[in-house]
Amino acid sequence: MTTQDTGEVEDLDGFRQRARAFVRVNLRPADPAVVSARLMLPEEETLAAVARERELQRMLFDAGLAGICVPREYGGQGLTPDHQQVLNSELAGYEYPMRLQIPTFVPCAAVLFDRGTEEQKQRHLPAILKGDELWVQFLSEPSGGSDMAGALTNAVRDGDEWVLNGSKLWTTNASWSDWALCLARTNWDVPKHRGLTVFMLPIRQPGIEIRPIEMLNGSKEFCQEFLTDVRVPDSHRVGDVDDGWSVCIRWMFHERMLFNSPLLTIPAGAAPGSVVSPTSMRDIARDAARLQDPAARDLVGEAYMLTVAKGELERRLREGIAAGVLSDQAAAIGRVFGALVSTRTTDIAFELAGDTGVAWANDDGTLANRGTDFLMRQAGCIGGGTAEMARNVISERVLGMPREPAADRGIAFRDAPRSHSART
Amino acid sequence: MRLVLSSDQAFFRDTTAKFLTEQAPVGELRRLRHDPAGFDGEYWRQGAQLGWTSLLVGEEHGGGSISGDGLVDLTLVADTFGRHAAPGPLAAANVVAAALSRAGDAHADVVADLVSGTALASWCVAEPRPHNRLGSVRLRVRVEGGDVVVNGAKRPVESAAQASHLLVTGRTGEGLTQVLVPAVAPGVSIVPLHTVDLTRRFFAVTFDDVRVPVERVVGEIGGADAEVEHQRQLAAVVGTAEAVGAMQAAFELTVQWAFDRYSFGRPLASYQALKHRFADMKAWLEASNAVSDAAAAAVGAGSPEAGALVSVAKAYIGDYGSRLLQDCVQLHGGIGLTFEHDLHLFLRRHTVNRALDGTPADHRQRLADLVEQREDAA
Repeated sequence: MTTQDTGEVEDLDGFRQRARAFVRVNLRPADPAVVSARLMLPEEETLAAVARERELQRMLFDAGLAGICVPREYGGQGLTPDHQQVLNSELAGYEYPMRLQIPTFVPCAAVLFDRGTEEQKQRHLPAILKGDELWVQFLSEPSGGSDMAGALTNAVRDGDEWVLNGSKLWTTNASWSDWALCLARTNWDVPKHRGLTVFMLPIRQPGIEIRPIEMLNGSKEFCQEFLTDVRVPDSHRVGDVDDGWSVCIRWMFHERMLFNSPLLTIPAGAAPGSVVSPTSMRDIARDAARLQDPAARDLVGEAYMLTVAKGELERRLREGIAAGVLSDQAAAIGRVFGALVSTRTTDIAFELAGDTGVAWANDDGTLANRGTDFLMRQAGCIGGGTAEMARNVISERVLGMPREPAADRGIAFRDAPRSHSART
Repeated sequence: MRLVLSSDQAFFRDTTAKFLTEQAPVGELRRLRHDPAGFDGEYWRQGAQLGWTSLLVGEEHGGGSISGDGLVDLTLVADTFGRHAAPGPLAAANVVAAALSRAGDAHADVVADLVSGTALASWCVAEPRPHNRLGSVRLRVRVEGGDVVVNGAKRPVESAAQASHLLVTGRTGEGLTQVLVPAVAPGVSIVPLHTVDLTRRFFAVTFDDVRVPVERVVGEIGGADAEVEHQRQLAAVVGTAEAVGAMQAAFELTVQWAFDRYSFGRPLASYQALKHRFADMKAWLEASNAVSDAAAAAVGAGSPEAGALVSVAKAYIGDYGSRLLQDCVQLHGGIGLTFEHDLHLFLRRHTVNRALDGTPADHRQRLADLVEQREDAA
């Protein structure tokens, strides 16, 4: 999404003054525990936080600070990524609508903007910017996550409607969101990429059962959904029938850009892209009474190095893609690097915490729970598409190496080999 | 190197690339293997005409930049040097030219010779073990009447035997002093060291009661600490940009090899185990470019983040660049370890630059110092 408007663009200094005035008058200081994103809240507190964040989004909208890079005709400001950066820096240290950013703005709103009809955009983008609609992704399925085009959720046409049946998995925030972008199979008699279609659907309806999934660290942010005879009007179809894969390509691009996207409003320094910030690593070393230990300082320095390198790489990719020097596929480079950095920084935090990381008291500060983070270490290499898939993209699409052989290429999807559990 | 260059910058870079393709092809690099200087004076003079030594020099001293930021422009030359594993003490020559130009008009004659390439100067800053950790300076500079007297040892000093002048960083009391010493001054001895690079030359230089007029002092006596830090940053920026150029060349060579080389009836590039290693290397390479460019921009602009970004670049590119280059060797197999193959030219260049101006571990310690002092970053 970029500025489509012509005419006068608000100058950055004036914008900064306007953003600063709003932030100082209306927003509360950020709760450090929330910023760290490590806190698992009880359900009622989560719902209260979501309500507050919808309110914050509405306040931003009313103040002309929502959808900075979204064109005005869809309720946005028609400004530039530089304006978004200014807003992000002015928000540093303040509360913000954290849960609305991903996946509502990126990738869902971004996909709607790219591929929705004019009517769909008019209806949903302003609602999203006002905080009225939170969106989720109905993408992965129990039969496989990486092989997205192997989706089994079935959509059958019935007059002006479609009837959907199947199951979706790893849906973030489904328990308190409103709409979903859903990938479904509409044709089983063509190769897998050519029989997919994308739909929009309200997720709180009788045909959709939502079950939270408890992760090993106690988090219940992910859900599984069961769709039974869910009826979707054809006007809620995104893109052409059987052309869902071309929508998916944009969908995956936005997912890989994620924290790099100019559509996100995240206070500077608060992006939860890595488990720990460089200064928090210092704080762990200090709490562990190891700040003077050269071995610990080496790790603190390494974590700082990796975090800065990640930010600079993302900036390079963003600029290169915007300038057309890099293809959209280069976003996969940032995804792989993010995985490497989150893995290593999690290791470092756990190493610095020592035995307190696995046996802690309530007053052990930054050392507490590091062992749990370590157990969840691979999340950064799995969520949002595995690092292995991104490595395929880099080698095949960026470096031009031969594609992996696929046993389901060129044959009708109903005949493609699949997991034992997914056979019908 | 930056992904987006102005047309002037691109032309500037291409001019040096074309010159190096003609004047420093791999056969020439191998021929220079046993040459005492590692390059000839005419090569350097012609390079100076292309702007190799004038970018950090003020216009009043015959220098000037292409884009307004001479250091960023210089990294284009450095990157190209790395891609060609080109001969010549690019970092040392530029650091001395910059230091002398920044100090005013007192050394304008030497600066003019450096800019024209008719003379070479080098920077004596690192010291023999156990004082060879980043930032350590023990060499003494004392004032006696109208003279300063220099005592101590420096190593490694690049191209010291080819230099007409040596910029010596020493200590006067608590503070640092820099002195421009003619290489032929009595009491200066220069002994060659062995090195892993084919064309670069390093020396151990000792100063035994070397006496020069006080006018040879560059900047303030005992007050050069900030300048020395700036020079370290310049040297590191040029060194990392060159290292990234070497990584780029080795990576491209290895990608091409993976397409051309067949095992079991198919190209190496078709094996997923190897494709994934190439993907990781590509990520390291792009991150190396990103941190190198960020450090150059920060130092060039005098940003308060310059010191941190330089250490990030030195630590990251040193560490992950070595991983990349050694992986390139591994993916080549035995041929990658032969003298006949070109890969080692780039491995050598990166390896030297990794160890100069502070090792990755030195810079990680420095980053820990910076983080410790930081109030609250994120």
